[in-house]
Amino acid sequence: MAQYTLDVNGKSQTVNVDSDTPLLWVLRDSLNLVGTKFGCGIAQCGACTVHIDGIAMRSCSIPVSKVNGPVTTIEGLSENGTHPVQKAWKQHDVPQCGYCQAGQMMTAAAFLKENKNPSEKEICSAMNGNICRCGTYPRINKAVKTASKL
Amino acid sequence: MENKKTLNRRTFFKISGAAGGGMVLGFSWLAQGCKQPEEIAKVLEMPSEWYDINAYLKIGDNGVVTIFSQNPEIGQNVKTSMPMIVAEELDIDWENVIVEQAGLNTDKFPRQVAGGSQSIRQGWKALRDAGATARQMLINAAAQQWEVDPSKLTVSKGIIQGPNGQELGYGEVASMAATMEVPTDVPHKKITDFNIIGSDKKNVDLQNIVTGKPLFGIDTKREGMQYASVLRPPAFGQKLVSFDDAEARKVSGVNDVIKFGNKIAVLADATWPAMKAKKLINAEWAVDSTLESTADHDKQLIAKLNTDNTEPFRNDGDVDKAFSEADEIISRVYESPFLPHNCMEPMNFFADVREDKVEMHGPIQTPAWSRSRASKIIDRKEEDIDVTMSRMGGGFGRRLYGDFSDEAAEISSIAKKPIQLIFTREDDMTAGTYRQAIKYKIEASLKDNKITGYKLSEAAINSNMYGLIPNFFPAGAIPNLRISGNKQKSNITTGAWRAPYTNFLAFAEQSFFDEVAEKLGKDEVDLRMELLEIAKPIAESDEKIEYSPARMQGCIKLAAEKAKWGKQAQGTYQGISAYYSHNTHVVEIANVVMEDGQAVVKKVTCAVDCGIVINPDAATNMVTGGIIDGIGHAMYGDLTFDNGVPSAANFDEYRLIRNTEIPEIDVHFVPSTKDPTGLGEPTLPPAGGAIANAIYKATGTRMYKQPFVKEMNVIG
Repeated sequence: MAQYTLDVNGKSQTVNVDSDTPLLWVLRDSLNLVGTKFGCGIAQCGACTVHIDGIAMRSCSIPVSKVNGPVTTIEGLSENGTHPVQKAWKQHDVPQCGYCQAGQMMTAAAFLKENKNPSEKEICSAMNGNICRCGTYPRINKAVKTASKL
Repeated sequence: MENKKTLNRRTFFKISGAAGGGMVLGFSWLAQGCKQPEEIAKVLEMPSEWYDINAYLKIGDNGVVTIFSQNPEIGQNVKTSMPMIVAEELDIDWENVIVEQAGLNTDKFPRQVAGGSQSIRQGWKALRDAGATARQMLINAAAQQWEVDPSKLTVSKGIIQGPNGQELGYGEVASMAATMEVPTDVPHKKITDFNIIGSDKKNVDLQNIVTGKPLFGIDTKREGMQYASVLRPPAFGQKLVSFDDAEARKVSGVNDVIKFGNKIAVLADATWPAMKAKKLINAEWAVDSTLESTADHDKQLIAKLNTDNTEPFRNDGDVDKAFSEADEIISRVYESPFLPHNCMEPMNFFADVREDKVEMHGPIQTPAWSRSRASKIIDRKEEDIDVTMSRMGGGFGRRLYGDFSDEAAEISSIAKKPIQLIFTREDDMTAGTYRQAIKYKIEASLKDNKITGYKLSEAAINSNMYGLIPNFFPAGAIPNLRISGNKQKSNITTGAWRAPYTNFLAFAEQSFFDEVAEKLGKDEVDLRMELLEIAKPIAESDEKIEYSPARMQGCIKLAAEKAKWGKQAQGTYQGISAYYSHNTHVVEIANVVMEDGQAVVKKVTCAVDCGIVINPDAATNMVTGGIIDGIGHAMYGDLTFDNGVPSAANFDEYRLIRNTEIPEIDVHFVPSTKDPTGLGEPTLPPAGGAIANAIYKATGTRMYKQPFVKEMNVIG
């Protein structure tokens, strides 16, 4: 076990965990930020997507010892669900079960920072790494488009 | 704070006081309603007292209403749509409604199950009664206060009006209403007066989902809780011989290693050490029964297909005569693999087995079954066990089977600690309760340009699905018909998977009818309409027949019109599939085009008859998802076994449909005033047939096996 100090959602947090502990479990178990979800553990489904230094990353596959920038999770995306992506998700009532949606929104938020006016094709491609088992993809894509205009 | 009134009928919830700061039930985050607490504080002033009107609702002294959603929420959106039905009959402004997930209470609520697309259909009357009865009690209370006959009063959006223009809000009469006799046979609203049902209402958990609040079973936390990761036999048919846990115990955070049955649980302070330590257990396994492989299943099932030794599930006319007199016989075999459910939230469950009581909490479609089995496993009375349901990150049938809640109860009982059991994705995919591998042989006899006979033989691992639905189409449409099945026993655990019975059958049958249409030189829509016309009088006289030929014709007409069937530009190929299941009629028409020599599904047009649509926008979401799921699994879903070991353990080896692979989906509902039916399942089955039939038109290649991606590769 070792101590790690992380900047999570603008707050400095110190945790005492093994160096190989994935950021995902530090967030969920040590810091009680359970909005970031466990889906596969091997960076294939995108449910655990967070931002590190503003870039969308799979927190299940990044050991805490390798985190080298400020972390933003779904809880830190906005104060109260007012980030354009969250607003758009609400406008389109995207979720079915809802489990993958935090990861979808974190991917979308990082993508929209890079591409302010994406085409439909660019949206699909950007979102392709996030699996939605319920099949809410059409609404996800519409919501990303809407968010790009908010 | 106790409720003010003791009710003179069944005992209702003991409800905590909720002044100002949100409600506190047993689990703090279960009490999340339509609105997030901050929103409630802004928009709704919380009442200082709540009054239980009946099991489904309580009313605050300021008119705010809490409606309890009794069924488990797996993403089918019943937590929104079921309370909408209560609110409609209660006649309240939806903005004043808070929804809470009810825990398991079989004395109060019928059928607390998520399964079979039955929540809305089977809940419809009870939910309407709950709202209507409560409304009448409130009216009666106001009438008593004003000393007028209740029939002189009218009500709208939570305000009762008297004959002289007096007004009382529900909150003002709730305390009196709670003591009133419960009226019987209260009339329901006229369908034409609905203003909540049939309007778009957003998911009541939406704000909590988009802000990442703890809602799901996996988010459960309790004081002193241990995380449990379980090592199970790597192959079906194996048992545990011995194990060495020395290395596992060295992992910091690990507190215990427990053997139970053929499994070993690692208990740790956090999830990661539990998962990590599990991998360090050195276990020896031995063959317990048979180590089965897909190659063996294939041989066994083909042999079963050609064995005619069972009592038919349905047997009309004289099939043998029809076939012996046929001008031509078509015979085809359709084959499917096993499928894992792959809910995005891996299986998990919380259990705290204590001396005084037992708490169980988590994602379960069948909480009553979990309680009943836990009672036996830990030898405790059912009344000592509290079961509450979290929101679920998908169900798809996997969470009908509470093997994980059983494990959680057993581990907590042995460890004497609260534990949260959590599956890794590999656990989830390899210790599944799979959709079994199935094969169908379908045959038709043709004579004088008509179908005279139909034979279907099913061979399936462990259970014959068709045995439960032999009176679906084409029963009634073909005079000589025989449906039969054989099963092959297996030690691989199998069970219901989204749209059980029909998720593969519908593809087989609807592909087959396209071949029949081709042989008869008929348009595929025309053939289906003709067969349904034949079935109409039979369906009226044969009460066993489940589907409605007329309603299916209505769906076909609507889908054909919306999809511009037969009027597509050259280069767009269409395929149709019409399938009734789970009490809902669905037609899907797929458009396929060729791009770079590959068949690409561009669009699916869907017509659904599910009776009254409770929440149209959410219903459209559900229908769309079902179609995408159906396409995804028909195209890519594939699990095989080699010596008892599943072929895939995670998403690097198992392909689920992704964002770039979806077609445009266009959904239409047949306008209806009939009682509503469910939508979670019935739009999945027709998808495979619709795309297979369109692919055939585009490529000239018929699909006989799922997943299609394998077939298409073979074809090259």
